[in-house]
Amino acid sequence: MSTASEVIAGQGRVRRAQQFLADNPVVVLVVVLVALLVITDLVNRHQSGEPFVTWKQLSTTLLVAAPLGLLAAGQNLVMLTGGVDLSIAYIATAAAYVTAWQGDAGTTSAILLGLGAGAVIGLVNGIGVAVFRVNPLIMTLGVGSVLFGLLSIYAAKAFKKTIPDLVSSLGTERFFGYIPVNLLLWAPVAAAIILGLRYMGYGRMLYAVGDNPSASRLAGVRIWQVLILGYVLCGLLAAMGGMLLLGFVGNPDLGLATPYLLPSVAAVVIGGTSILGGFGGYGGTILGALILTVLTSLLNVLNGPEWVKQVLYGSLIIVFTAIYARASASD
Amino acid sequence: MSEPAAPILEARGIAKQFGPVVALRSADLDVRPGEAHALLGANGAGKSTLVKILTGVLRPDSGSISVSGRSIRPRTPKHAAGLGLAPVFQDPALVPDLSVAHNLRLTGVSPGAVRAKLSAMDLAVDFRQLAGDLPLSTLRMLDLARALARDPDLLILDEITAALPSDLAERVFAVMRVRKEEGRSVLFITHRLREVIENCDRATILRDGVHVATIEPREGGEAAIVGHMLGREAAAAEAAAQHRAEKVEPEASRREADVGETVLEVDGLIVGGVAGISFSLARGEILGLAALEGQGQDDLFRALAGERRAEAGAVRVGGEALRARHPSDAIRKGLVLVPADRLLALLPQRPISENVAAPRYANLRRWGPINMREERRGVRQAVEALQVDIRAGRQARRLSGGNQQKLTLARWLASGFGVLLCHDPTRGIDVGTKRQVYSLLRKLADEGAAILFFSSELAEFPLVCDRVLTLYGGSLTAEFSGDAADEGSLLQAMHGLEQKEAV
Amino acid sequence: MSAADVPFAAERVGVERWRRWLRLHAWTVAVWLVFLMMLPYWRSVSSGSFSFDFQNLVIGALPLCFAAMAQAVVVISGGIDLSVGSLIGLMNVVSARWMVDMSLGRALLFVLLCLVLSGLAGTLTGLIVVTTRIPDIVVTLGMLFVWYGVALWVLTIPGGGAPQQLYDFVQGTVGSTSIPWALVLVLVVWGSFWLSIRWLRPGLSIYAVGSNRNAAYLSGIHVARTRVGAYALCGVLCGLGGMALTTTSFLGDPNAGRIYTLNSVAAIVLGGVSLLGGVGGLIGPVGAAFILTLINTILLQRGTDPNYAAVYTGVIIIVVVMIGGLLERRGRT
Repeated sequence: MSTASEVIAGQGRVRRAQQFLADNPVVVLVVVLVALLVITDLVNRHQSGEPFVTWKQLSTTLLVAAPLGLLAAGQNLVMLTGGVDLSIAYIATAAAYVTAWQGDAGTTSAILLGLGAGAVIGLVNGIGVAVFRVNPLIMTLGVGSVLFGLLSIYAAKAFKKTIPDLVSSLGTERFFGYIPVNLLLWAPVAAAIILGLRYMGYGRMLYAVGDNPSASRLAGVRIWQVLILGYVLCGLLAAMGGMLLLGFVGNPDLGLATPYLLPSVAAVVIGGTSILGGFGGYGGTILGALILTVLTSLLNVLNGPEWVKQVLYGSLIIVFTAIYARASASD
Repeated sequence: MSEPAAPILEARGIAKQFGPVVALRSADLDVRPGEAHALLGANGAGKSTLVKILTGVLRPDSGSISVSGRSIRPRTPKHAAGLGLAPVFQDPALVPDLSVAHNLRLTGVSPGAVRAKLSAMDLAVDFRQLAGDLPLSTLRMLDLARALARDPDLLILDEITAALPSDLAERVFAVMRVRKEEGRSVLFITHRLREVIENCDRATILRDGVHVATIEPREGGEAAIVGHMLGREAAAAEAAAQHRAEKVEPEASRREADVGETVLEVDGLIVGGVAGISFSLARGEILGLAALEGQGQDDLFRALAGERRAEAGAVRVGGEALRARHPSDAIRKGLVLVPADRLLALLPQRPISENVAAPRYANLRRWGPINMREERRGVRQAVEALQVDIRAGRQARRLSGGNQQKLTLARWLASGFGVLLCHDPTRGIDVGTKRQVYSLLRKLADEGAAILFFSSELAEFPLVCDRVLTLYGGSLTAEFSGDAADEGSLLQAMHGLEQKEAV
Repeated sequence: MSAADVPFAAERVGVERWRRWLRLHAWTVAVWLVFLMMLPYWRSVSSGSFSFDFQNLVIGALPLCFAAMAQAVVVISGGIDLSVGSLIGLMNVVSARWMVDMSLGRALLFVLLCLVLSGLAGTLTGLIVVTTRIPDIVVTLGMLFVWYGVALWVLTIPGGGAPQQLYDFVQGTVGSTSIPWALVLVLVVWGSFWLSIRWLRPGLSIYAVGSNRNAAYLSGIHVARTRVGAYALCGVLCGLGGMALTTTSFLGDPNAGRIYTLNSVAAIVLGGVSLLGGVGGLIGPVGAAFILTLINTILLQRGTDPNYAAVYTGVIIIVVVMIGGLLERRGRT
């Protein structure tokens, strides 16, 4: 008996620290983000003599992180239900194309049609998963590849592409040179998601369905309704992200959002949302998106050959997620 | 056994912690050869943890284990099996997608040996069937036969009788007796004190992770066991409460005058294994349903809860027909289910408040902003009424089994209901919590609720119910009034046997 | 008497056995039936001789057959590997760059070396999944980048080739018959892997772990070792896929493996493997691989734009899995 109590006492401080981290995983993420910024700064100074952590650079980071933040938001909602949307990058690209093609018809209709495209594709995903009970992985993979094919066909045709001014400004401009205009979009969306998940009935239902669908059903929840709305919202958020990318890049391209697929999943997982569903939130995901954006900057700054960047990117994502998993494991 | 022989298993000072949660502080256990030894304790006392440590599923933080004098350190279940310790867990260790034969091959046990053990219990199973196609009770018996085929020194049975019909449970006890005669031992974990008194030589009781006593069950009886499980003052209060309850019960069950209007009518219902049954349930009444496994009760509950569509017949709630294609249809009419398997009702990673409030937001119309104050109030009232221990409140899965079960009841208390369908609500719960559940059900009935109560523990019926129906082969065979529902009569009716007119 | 007792009447056992076999293998049988039913339509569209066409079909489907088997093994064990495509691409460029001037003997040794390497690669992925407890989707998506990066290091732009004798072998037929060696290769590989996982105990463990990890652990199975083993087998099959790509396309291209990830998942789902684990075989996915390749071939022979072909194939995949989902729902209540 004495052995046990000695053991327990000695580990007290370590245990308390671990418990604190487990209950506040956001702390770990902030530390990682700050560490990354510092490292990038040092490497940048080494490479070009200039610091990375300047207001300008931070503002650029925020600007570039916004599209990922929105895509990760959509992914987050879907992953809370225990699913995943592997078509999200193509939804974003498709919405960008639709907006560009409709640009001439006026800003409002172009944007609405782009959002509508995202919602409709999300609806298709949702119906497949919720009504036909198809595994989300294969459903969204399939829809994604069909989308890609359709886009390839239509992109080849020389439709007129006009990018509405609003989209351009959202994509590239900053207030006073520092605050990205796209925060006008991202910040309210982020607030809506964080508050909605906590204080809206639908938020509770997302968690319930992801945590235990059978129990939810017994409590009277119509699961298909929850799922379909989740995938539609994901499609909408993807469309928003796609439009930001369109504004930023200035030209729709087949590969516009493709580099954002893995990061959208990784940001959510790094941010603490369980891929099995029922647990997590958007706050951590935002940090995850920022971390990944700074990581990309770091790799660009390193100025190595392409292959090194790829290997490092993949390995570091695994490393970060592992750190998070270790830090938050209390049970 | 008059003089104590060298123990076949000796565990001293076992401690185990999961993060901040101390599952075991210091547990001692010793089992003699040729003994049936019970391991008892309330939910959260550490029984499961101790068993998992003995069988190599978990590693202890400290403590020692020895088998027949040899000190051992079981590293994995396979290792422990090699050391002579064979467990039968609540979840059968058979994977659903492989055939029984393949399952056995994986564990290196010869199918012939298992078949022999099964026929020694008067059972036969087609080994080519997929394990997932077999009912839980069959899988448990298979698991038992497999453990027996290893001829272990110590057989560990973890709540094996919890979901076994009484005839199979009898066979388990017969096996225990045979092993004792052969000089082998059995460690028997259960919540059913009657079984312990009838079948076990000694019992070790754990409380709060510590060994409190090792007694001979036949001497002290239930009172002594409960006393140790709950602690001296709590036991005294418990005894007083039971005394009061026992005085109240006989009067309560004669409350026919207080029974209100009929709220639930089942008329010629045919669904799944139910072959046309009719009964009615009135306000303020607790109606018991007793049946052996697989006689149709699962389908009956599912149909009433809206999980399954009835094939024929009618269900009327408050006079209106129930046409349920989804549980929300039933819930709207006030029919709510407390399922047998807690895993079907619980949101494990969500906090207590979300678990309790879940049904409120099920409807599309309630997906908007939540009135947090109202929700908090409703949750608090329900949690207090049920005395749910909210200490581990952040995630429902950290609660003990008894508290989890109370959560389900709290949920319906908070959301309101007309008819409470309790499908084995006290399965796998410790004695203290069981008593709380009984008195809560009685209180709810007094306040006008109608309750349909199914239990696999026959002793509960007279304590709780006003009337009891028995179900056999999909049809109702008999009806008893609460106090006339003794085990003998119930069992006869549950087997579909003829008997004298019930009172 | 309880529900556990089953009377042992001999005829009942016979019928039960038939019905059970059918239930377990219905999907696989359906896949091959669909393939057979597509053949006549194909004949009507194509202008070449059957043996020539069939040989091209098998050669075209070869890499996907291996990719599908690779994915099947991992998914049956309860995981998933989204880096299958990248690993195939990596093994493609490795073999294309270094094997190109080798004699048959040395080439075969090199093939063995490549299989060992790809097996080790799979083992690495498996070890990461098991020790870090990160979800396998994230780990394998990360490894996707890692393998792609290494492939870029080996060959920045498409190049290299296949050793002539090996190329001739894979593209050739058995003696004077019209049975393509490629088909023999598929059958031999399928046979050996299938026997391993359905008959040998470590193989059965893969099914057990995928079916119910906890029950498998309590049964005494070494869960971690089994899962790593499944990823290792996947790696070996990816190595075969990469080298098949080399010997069928005569080229090494770091980007060539990309489509195999999606297609391997599609092939296994169409082939009757459950994404939840524990259910399915290898011959179903192989059949589905043939069907997918055939669909593409038919569309191309009809002169369809490759982009449209991709769309049609994708839609067919979605429709099939939706129907599958519906059937599964009717099976329950």
